[in-house]
Amino acid sequence: MDIHEYQAKEILASFGVAIPPGALAYSPEQAAYRARELGGDRWIVKAQVHAGGRGKAGGVKLCDSDHEIMEACEAMFGRKLVTHQTGPEGKGIYRVYVEGAVPIAREIYLGFVLDRGSQRVMIVASSEGGMDIEDISAEKPETIVRSAVEPAVGLREFQAREIAFALSIPAPLIQQMVRTLTGCYRAFRDLDATMVEINPLVVTGDNRIMALDAKMTFDDNALFRHPQVSELRDKSQEDPRESRAADRGLSYVGLDGNIGCIVNGAGLAMATMDTIKLAGGEPANFLDIGGGATPERVAKAFRLVMSDKNVRAVLVNIFAGINRCDWVAEGVVQALTANPVAVPVVVRLAGTNVEEGRRILEQSGLPVIPAKSLMDAAQKAVSALTGKTAILEKAEAI
Amino acid sequence: MSIYLDNESRVIVQGITGRLAQFHTKEMIEYGTNVVGGVVPGKGGETVQGVPVFDTVKQAVAATGANASLVIVPPPFAADSIMEAADAGIGYCVCVTDGIPAQDMIRVKRYMYRYPRERRMVLTGPNCAGTISPGKALLGIMPGHIYLPGNVGIVGRSGTLGYEAAQQLKDLGIGVSTSVGIGGDPINGSSFKDILMAFEQDEQTDLVCLIGEIGGPQEADAAGYIRDHMKKPVVAYIAGLTAPKGRTMGHAGAIISAFGESASEKVEILSAAGVTVAEHPSMIGETIARSMKQFA
Repeated sequence: MDIHEYQAKEILASFGVAIPPGALAYSPEQAAYRARELGGDRWIVKAQVHAGGRGKAGGVKLCDSDHEIMEACEAMFGRKLVTHQTGPEGKGIYRVYVEGAVPIAREIYLGFVLDRGSQRVMIVASSEGGMDIEDISAEKPETIVRSAVEPAVGLREFQAREIAFALSIPAPLIQQMVRTLTGCYRAFRDLDATMVEINPLVVTGDNRIMALDAKMTFDDNALFRHPQVSELRDKSQEDPRESRAADRGLSYVGLDGNIGCIVNGAGLAMATMDTIKLAGGEPANFLDIGGGATPERVAKAFRLVMSDKNVRAVLVNIFAGINRCDWVAEGVVQALTANPVAVPVVVRLAGTNVEEGRRILEQSGLPVIPAKSLMDAAQKAVSALTGKTAILEKAEAI
Repeated sequence: MSIYLDNESRVIVQGITGRLAQFHTKEMIEYGTNVVGGVVPGKGGETVQGVPVFDTVKQAVAATGANASLVIVPPPFAADSIMEAADAGIGYCVCVTDGIPAQDMIRVKRYMYRYPRERRMVLTGPNCAGTISPGKALLGIMPGHIYLPGNVGIVGRSGTLGYEAAQQLKDLGIGVSTSVGIGGDPINGSSFKDILMAFEQDEQTDLVCLIGEIGGPQEADAAGYIRDHMKKPVVAYIAGLTAPKGRTMGHAGAIISAFGESASEKVEILSAAGVTVAEHPSMIGETIARSMKQFA
């Protein structure tokens, strides 16, 4: 789960990380008012969206007056911000964060991630802050410092000092840097984050170390023990279909194609998408309905897949192991009888009682196209699609 | 004997009183697995599916001589159950639970290393279908009847994709020595490389089928091991060629976040290590059959 910059900053500040004075606003007037509350004569207005790359996309504006703040906000509120991380549809701006500008002497990159190689929390830092970590590792890999945290004892001070010295932090500021690093680590550990990124972490002109930006991602599997983190969820930043699916216990990722997929198992679901592509089609989604594949789940899955207006054919691929194919087939028949769909449906069943499952589909009288293998199913879905399109085009021509 | 599991294994089920656990315990017993007991705190003294239930794993081990465990408990409590098994001297543990916090798994891994190598538990999973040595024993939730006994070792992240491979092999009359699910989580008990090392030493395995997917460095690590140390042929399939970068595809670990983690990069790395990669999932069985002829 992602949260906003201002939320991440509040959390990190509560763990001892220094941040500039800032305030949240839901309207241009509020932004201007809150800037005056903050004091100072220079502010940064930042669109709060769940994506990086805001600066280049016009989501961050430096302002010197109330008037400029209002203007900057009016250009942001209600718009979709499109950055290199949001995809072409962008993310809606419904809140902005107003922050007092601080004089920057140096910018540092600081990240904490779950490292799958070492199976530990890994600290990644670079003296080249302000750039994406991808760009840093491509252009200045020699500046990157890595350090894995031993889970039994957590981040030790010596280790934090080593990182600070490796980044050439001046001696008088070492303790501030240690405090920042240990604070981030404790926030990461105590709240079950999977990522904490401060980019840039700055050394200010008056020798303070501060987080100018902050990003935190949390482990969805650990939210059960962090109700205060669950409360920070902002559904306006999520794809509505994906959040609806998640609320119903289905795992869905929307894609650009037009062949909807309903599959049990994540690996098989990815393999199904790949096979569609190999057969010359484009998958409309990833959807794992779980191992069980009960009739209710199949019905839910059809509703979800069909809510994507681009879908012109559906491929159902179920491996029935513990469940039997005849039972899954009855589920498909029930789902399609209750909610008829207007596109061709290709069904591929494998596993226990497969012949009986196929017979049930064939005898149902529903326009279901049975398939033997996954490749066969993908090819049938692609040709059903082009066949259908050809018919539609003909009808339109007449 | 086959790797990890055979008909001598004495199996307990942690969380045995749950509805799913009861169902799968029954399936395992019917398959011929030597299930000797179950563990649920506070339910000691009960009997489930004809086997005794204990309050702690230590009690179960003392009373039954159990040496293998299936952990099938809800995600908030699963890490604790795995550590309990490791502490009680269980030799091989499968955890099928999906949804364990990643940092819990970091702690589990760290905890297991406090035991010397000779008594350190082997864990596969979590978030996997389990392990089966066809005709001998089944520790997990997979349908036993789709596996023929034979000489192909299978190791994979995905449950149903592994079934797909086993079914294709069965249709071709090819059997399986052992199939191991390592699970779809980012931090897991055993890696592809760990299982490949076991198969390389296993007399009953002549060829290994590796079923990987996007995310993480384990397929690339496996490729290094295969290139430098493996004599047995390896056939692979990697799922997720069409998966977009930066999105989690169902499995918590299935996310492309770094170089070498996409399906096409993994296919390239494995091919360079001498692995035969099946082009699409319907080809896994045939590709293995061809490799077997070639290496026979």
